[in-house]
Amino acid sequence: MNYIPISPSERDAMLATIGVESLEDLFKDVPARHRFPDLNLPPALTEMEAAAELQELALGNENIRTELVSFLGAGVYNHYIPAVVDHILRRGEFYTAYTPYQPEISQGTLQAIFEYQSMIAALTGMEVSNASHYDGATAVAESVNMAFAQFRGKRTKIVLSPSVNPQYRATLRTYVQGMGLELSGDNSSQISTLDSLLSLVDTNTALVIVQYPDFFGRIYDYTTLIAAAHAQGALVCVATNPTALALFKTPGAMGADIVVGEGQPLGIPLSFGGPYLGFFTTRKQYIHKMAGRLVGETVDSRGQRAFVLTLTAREQHIKRERATSNICTNQGLMALASAVYMSLLGQTGLRQVAELCYHKAHYAAKEISKIPGYELCFDTPFFHEFSVCCPRPVVEINDHLLEHGILGGYDLGLDYPTLADHMLLAVTEMNTKDEIDALVNVLAEVSHD
Amino acid sequence: MTEPTIYELSSPGRTGVTFPEPDVPCAQLPDALLRADLPLPELAEVDVVRHYMHLSRFNYSVDGGFYPLGSCTMKYNPKINEDTARLPGFAFTHPLQPIETVQGNLALMYTLQEWLKEISGFAAVSLQPAAGAHGELTGVLIMRAYHHDRGDEKRVKMLIPDSAHGTNPASSGMIGLNVVQIPSDSRGNVDLAALKTACDETVVGLMLTNPNTLGLFDEHVEEVVNIVHECGGLVYGDGANLNALLGVLRPADVGIDVMHFNLHKTFSTPHGGGGPGSGPVGVAARLADFLPSPIVGIVEEGEEDEPPLFGFITPEKTIGRVKAFHGHFGMIVRAYTYITMHGAEGLRQVAEYSVLNANYLLARLRKTYHVPYDRICMHEFVAEGKVEGSDVRALDIAKRLMDYDFHPPTNYFPLIVHEALMIEPTETENKDTLDRFADTLIKIAEEAKSQSELLHAAPHKTPFGRMDEVKAARELVLCCWLPEDYSSQ
Repeated sequence: MNYIPISPSERDAMLATIGVESLEDLFKDVPARHRFPDLNLPPALTEMEAAAELQELALGNENIRTELVSFLGAGVYNHYIPAVVDHILRRGEFYTAYTPYQPEISQGTLQAIFEYQSMIAALTGMEVSNASHYDGATAVAESVNMAFAQFRGKRTKIVLSPSVNPQYRATLRTYVQGMGLELSGDNSSQISTLDSLLSLVDTNTALVIVQYPDFFGRIYDYTTLIAAAHAQGALVCVATNPTALALFKTPGAMGADIVVGEGQPLGIPLSFGGPYLGFFTTRKQYIHKMAGRLVGETVDSRGQRAFVLTLTAREQHIKRERATSNICTNQGLMALASAVYMSLLGQTGLRQVAELCYHKAHYAAKEISKIPGYELCFDTPFFHEFSVCCPRPVVEINDHLLEHGILGGYDLGLDYPTLADHMLLAVTEMNTKDEIDALVNVLAEVSHD
Repeated sequence: MTEPTIYELSSPGRTGVTFPEPDVPCAQLPDALLRADLPLPELAEVDVVRHYMHLSRFNYSVDGGFYPLGSCTMKYNPKINEDTARLPGFAFTHPLQPIETVQGNLALMYTLQEWLKEISGFAAVSLQPAAGAHGELTGVLIMRAYHHDRGDEKRVKMLIPDSAHGTNPASSGMIGLNVVQIPSDSRGNVDLAALKTACDETVVGLMLTNPNTLGLFDEHVEEVVNIVHECGGLVYGDGANLNALLGVLRPADVGIDVMHFNLHKTFSTPHGGGGPGSGPVGVAARLADFLPSPIVGIVEEGEEDEPPLFGFITPEKTIGRVKAFHGHFGMIVRAYTYITMHGAEGLRQVAEYSVLNANYLLARLRKTYHVPYDRICMHEFVAEGKVEGSDVRALDIAKRLMDYDFHPPTNYFPLIVHEALMIEPTETENKDTLDRFADTLIKIAEEAKSQSELLHAAPHKTPFGRMDEVKAARELVLCCWLPEDYSSQ
């Protein structure tokens, strides 16, 4: 099966117009000894057969909608996605368009991104949002590029809290290879306090990166930390969870210079790790060093309000090797998903989701802490995720939970040597009280075994 | 015919979705940490649906018409791909689930890695990079890591032909390499003499787009690769134009060392209004240990009727992780679906017909529009958007095409052609569409001579006219509403 709408006679007519005899004649520039290799691929399937094959593969998984009850988060979360979101995403006018290079016939995408920028700015308490990055991890990495450019490379130290998602930190380390930067604080064996983190900030520090809520689910007010970092002339980037921001004080209000995060909780399915959405916001004064696409308002030749990609002189196709980043696409359709989600939920719905997460997580934490052998690791306020010290290795507990159809929490010992036997559990509006009680029962069972 | 913004449509007290009341006791919220207000819009479900429906009508799309945007491969996106990617077994799996519970996902990823290896000739593939530019970044990091691993730290120079893709210089610059531009010769190939001069012991490698952005296959590709290899450099292949080579040439066979694939160009995953893309990277055997981690491998061999156990493997000298998790899985499912429906013969037809369509348009247009590097092209070609005896420019021609319900070609790129119009029809267009497009461009050339003002002011029939880009950049209104501390500055 292919999608080529040309008949053999049309093909022959076209070849005649071109002035060659066969399709093969079009490829004479390709070295003859390598031309037309035999590819060892399975025989082509019809759509009917392909649908069955893919269904078979999908059935080879245990999904968290119909087979498993999930308490796993660690950066991405199981939320309810209203039906409208996917119906809008399936409009061919949106998903089969490309980057809006021609604004006269791309106002749908442009206005949707403009509104996305507006809602993300509202959520984070920041002045400017770009059109998005690949995911939360790369958005964090790009904050380093931006800060480095802001100081024209003269400040060479980045202070990175170990309580930032380990995958974000790993991505950042990859991105900064060869930039001559010193990464300070990025030590998983020593989970720093705010004070110990601050002691690393000096006048050579370009950027301080913290997470809110942090990887362990904790919520801190970073106002004092940010002021102290600013006193040293450093910028501060806060990586955040957008659902939490429906309830809690914004990083913008705390004084952050850059606020980024993983937008997946805003109406994007888990889909085994992607595609997701990296949101990226900053203050207007830093806008020229921000990477990524940006949509601005203007008027067209008929006097109508309209939208265009703006400040393109910052970008790779103009600035070439002097650009802050090489990013070309954004996550257009994922940004649209989150915009539809935020539009539908609005302030009332998003707050409701955040409160449900909060109450359910706190109920779960309270019940788990009553089981002998289990203990909450921290007494800091938390949102919808919390760390539990367990009586047995997390992998054993999770095996047991899986037998009962429960996907347990994240094993913190995988990344943090001092947190062996510590589990990170996430609870969202998707988890019922019955499911939480079932989790508690099985955890109690495991501790008795 | 404008649409109000979502904030203008907002009315206090409306909501588009409600959630159940809590079934657990409510916990105390920490007052000192709460935000006071949440300035998100308030709309009912029907308001939201109509708003986005209205916006969608302002968009031109592949589903709606011909989109010959050069270098972007705007082919038809099969509908079945959208269905398979949304199967609950795929869509509702968490990336950190135990591998035993996601063997379907891992088998699919493993198989796609194998197929991409077969199609390209590379020894190993990572599916992690999120887009073409992200794959480039991954590739140049791998190239440098390879040199450093051999103790060769003096290589700081990346050679990039002037016919390469626009992101190449930024990808190299981003990791601190010095970019050296290599000119093209009169036939649009890499200028061999200039390449030889630039090659020395400080060269990391060459980033070669082949077919290049002129749509031409480099006639000396093997020599180009040899020259770079002889000075100890590596050759990066920009895979954005792989559509022309499916089943025609495996890039690794001519000595390319590393290349990214664009699943959203070659393998039909939709462009989504600017993403998400997907940019897997393939490498030759000597670079396999440097791929980003993790990649999918067999962690336990199967027995007789039992399938193997798939899991994640960290390459020995990996450059690290380039994003969270394992790549754009949803795009990976779509590409898998596409390849499984094509097979080897179908993929070769994709390349053949994409090249046929481009050459057909070239043949029909070369008498009207000058084509500076005029020979058999691959999947695209570049014409000059100029008409003798008229002052119209490529931009005017592009805008006028919209009045005839076509998406314009890429314009003003590549930079080596003045007033460039870069036309890539793809294989999924029929002869009637191509004829209508060619007829229209010929008609526009006539209009350019007789009524050039019509073109200067185009488009006329679209919902919006030309934009005041200066105003947008000067006033920088980037948000529907003004935060308080914004206006007080």
